[in-house]
Amino acid sequence: MIRRLGLLLALMLVAASALAAIDVRDFSDPVLERRYVDLTASMRCPLCENQAIDDSNAPIAADMRQRVFELLHQGQSDSEIVNHMVERFGEYILYNPRLENRTYLLWGIPVALVVLAALVLALIVRGRRQASARALNLEERARLDALIDEEKTP
Amino acid sequence: MRRWLLLLLPLGFVGIALFFYQGLSRDPSQRDSALMARDFPTFSATTLSDETRRVDESLLRGQATLVNVWGEWCPACKQEMPQLLELADHGIRLVGVNYRDTREKGAEFLEEYGNPFEVNVFDPDGSLGFDLGVYGAPETFLVDREGVIRYHHKGYISPEDVRAQILPEVEKWQ
Repeated sequence: MIRRLGLLLALMLVAASALAAIDVRDFSDPVLERRYVDLTASMRCPLCENQAIDDSNAPIAADMRQRVFELLHQGQSDSEIVNHMVERFGEYILYNPRLENRTYLLWGIPVALVVLAALVLALIVRGRRQASARALNLEERARLDALIDEEKTP
Repeated sequence: MRRWLLLLLPLGFVGIALFFYQGLSRDPSQRDSALMARDFPTFSATTLSDETRRVDESLLRGQATLVNVWGEWCPACKQEMPQLLELADHGIRLVGVNYRDTREKGAEFLEEYGNPFEVNVFDPDGSLGFDLGVYGAPETFLVDREGVIRYHHKGYISPEDVRAQILPEVEKWQ
């Protein structure tokens, strides 16, 4: 019984993945195909909010894939194709926002935090070092020497 | 000195938490159209009612126009028709874009729900919709007399939206 359920489940999964493979495209050029795969994976579907257009069944995602396919065959570069989409659907569709005035903060905060952390770490380490190497007064020096001598002579 | 540095931790945490909280409370589906303040895209298409008549973007010059993207297959489009008819009654010019539809279905729709549009651009393959960045109907654009997109309403227009948003925007750009 359990085995049969498992089989059923497996079959359902196969059916689902068959449905997800929505369109078959004919690429004469493997480089174009590679670029198509990369481009459609790098753009977010405007309707479904967190699926790439290569992963979405939404009609608009299918339209966008079709457009990417056409533009690739017109010989457009990757950045031209990305611009074509951003002009229509906005920066929203980019999974990797571009570096520009509006996104300096976005890209800058992680870098700034790493620099800050390094700075704090350096300060702490320096503080510790200074504390341990602080000059000893005569009395302390004498005690330290005595302790070391004691260790040396068993 | 070190005490002061420790204070940075909670402060930094609060700062970042506020930043993310503000991001969480924003609705990602309510974002501005990429075409805001840009020219209405160029196009050339036939009209829904007359397959021999060709229209292009010059259709939208000379007078502020509401461009409504609709289709017979779209339930929210049916629900907003009374509001569009009301806007037309106010003397506002409306142009429809019949998006991913057939002539028969489009005509049936107008027959049943009324026709507030001066003309309907027939866009069966969705190419004009694509250039407008439309990803679901209904969507409505306000185009000023120079043919520049000035306002974008995504989704269903409620009677409240008419009063609070559409009418003031039209007034502003007329």
